[in-house]
Amino acid sequence: MSQQFTPNNPLPQEAKVPVEMAVFSLDVEAEIDRHLAKYPVKRSAILPLMFIVQRERGGYLDPPGVAYLADRLDVRITDIWEVATFYSMINTEPVGTYHIQVCRTLSCKILGAGKITEQCSTRLGIKPGETTPDGKFSLSEVECLGSCGTAPMLQIGFDFHENLTAEKLDKILDTCERGEYVFTVKG
Amino acid sequence: MFIGAIGCEPLQLKRVGLENSRTLDVYRQHGGYEALKKVLDGMSPEDVIGEVKKSALRGRGGAGFPTGMKWSFVPKDSPKPKYVVCNADESEPGTFKDRFLMERDPHMLIEGMLIAAYALGSRTTYIYTRGEYRYLINILDAAIQEAREAGLVGDRIMGTEFSCEVFTHTGAGAYICGEETALLNSLEGLRGHPRMKPPFPAIAGLYGCPTVVNNVETLTAVPDIIKMGGEAYQKLGTQKSGGTKVWSVSGHVNRPGVYELPMGYEDMEKFIMEDCGGMLGGKQLKAVIPGGSSVYIMPATDIVGKKVKMDYEGLVVAGSMVGSGGFIVMDETVDVFESTKNLTEFYKHESCGWCTPCREGTDWLVKVFKRIAKGEGRPEDAQLLLDLCDNIEGKSFCPLGDAAAWPIQSAIKKFPEDFRRHLMPMATRTAEAVAAD
Repeated sequence: MSQQFTPNNPLPQEAKVPVEMAVFSLDVEAEIDRHLAKYPVKRSAILPLMFIVQRERGGYLDPPGVAYLADRLDVRITDIWEVATFYSMINTEPVGTYHIQVCRTLSCKILGAGKITEQCSTRLGIKPGETTPDGKFSLSEVECLGSCGTAPMLQIGFDFHENLTAEKLDKILDTCERGEYVFTVKG
Repeated sequence: MFIGAIGCEPLQLKRVGLENSRTLDVYRQHGGYEALKKVLDGMSPEDVIGEVKKSALRGRGGAGFPTGMKWSFVPKDSPKPKYVVCNADESEPGTFKDRFLMERDPHMLIEGMLIAAYALGSRTTYIYTRGEYRYLINILDAAIQEAREAGLVGDRIMGTEFSCEVFTHTGAGAYICGEETALLNSLEGLRGHPRMKPPFPAIAGLYGCPTVVNNVETLTAVPDIIKMGGEAYQKLGTQKSGGTKVWSVSGHVNRPGVYELPMGYEDMEKFIMEDCGGMLGGKQLKAVIPGGSSVYIMPATDIVGKKVKMDYEGLVVAGSMVGSGGFIVMDETVDVFESTKNLTEFYKHESCGWCTPCREGTDWLVKVFKRIAKGEGRPEDAQLLLDLCDNIEGKSFCPLGDAAAWPIQSAIKKFPEDFRRHLMPMATRTAEAVAAD
């Protein structure tokens, strides 16, 4: 039977794995300070900081990034994981450079979201939830993104692509494949 | 996509079509920050709350709670700091009005928040925007900066004793954070689980301090209420539903978009068939979900020729609700079994896992829907779905559970044929029904 860890029976010292901590540029540190200054309680900045860390650490919260957050916010590593695993936009595993997120909810669905996902799947050779072997594309089906009046739609990073047609989608994927896609919304 | 007012002078949408509508200059040229000036020039906080009460403004996020009353619950003598939080976590399927209000007219929201903060004695306010709307956070940050430089945000606003900060905050993809207590937990850096009420946020909200959480559209209505007076605003609508309402129209219509209508707009059928340009491809109307995915679905027979009034009372009489105003129109090609399955999958994905009826119930519902979709439906499954709903509705910790149950209950009641077709044993289905699957 596995050992139960309680306050009276804490995690043994040797079980703690020392983790190297991420280091960020002065600009990023200043950006983080600006977020922390908004709140009377540091922990409130956890989500804005997670977005920054995941942007700076290749698209997801890696262990050094998590260690950094815990240190900067004065919380435990487990607190970081507790929050990270709740929110669908916080990645705890690597995602592709171009994360294609197709809205699957009702308004988009009745106007052809299924076909959009299928087209992405066929072209990229991956199913929703998967990443291409070269790490370039991830494909996800996501819930309503608030573009119901311009359905069907998808999001790449924070960019909205709306009123999609097969041709429009092909063009977007072309630019991504050529590495010429420019993210318009800064995160 | 259409953005504009029908049947009334545009109020919330009056600046959305202007060039550079999101800049401070354009906002001020068109009456911007006049309401804030009026408030700071000689209205007491009680006066402001009084006007909002008179306006009969009801919360536009979905629950429709009277805003003035919500504000009056905040204790005046509390020594704790007070907070105003704008709920911009717009995630209800079918709803996108807040997005365009913020995109086109961010200063209107900032002014509304400042007036609310003045009325409630708050010096710090937050706009909690869903993470996917990152571009709006950038727009809002720029607008706040502009306002700060003009002395409209920060210390001694307009040279008065009133000081107030407006900050943006990002969510990260959780529908549940639109529930106000879950939003507050999220804003405190926790998982977005709802909190037990009472205490209500007005007594113990953000950091345990008195807090008012209002939807974007609720707060953007406030400057006009102050300018024209609560009574005049109320008269734009009906006695119990004051003012105008911004609807998000999507689905099978020729002209989807953001529509501002007076509360009590006369006829839903006319709205769909004329104002929204009629049905896409001339097909037959089958159903409407008028207030975001959580409300009861309405069959065409409850709309056509019925002169359904579009306000809080009118829609209840017609068998549904205003909700968030996410108006989803569906034509004859839609299988209501499929559309309900789609929404149930949404609620399963978005259930936060805090309470058992919702967490387990939505998961079980999806399993049943998937089994039926595979062709393994049984006649008794309709009752099974209803029994499951009965064990979620009113028994879950927060309204997400109810929201998951209502679409199913109403779909089975109003479209029994769409379900029956899937629930017949395979062998007895007619060739036609199988083909239609």
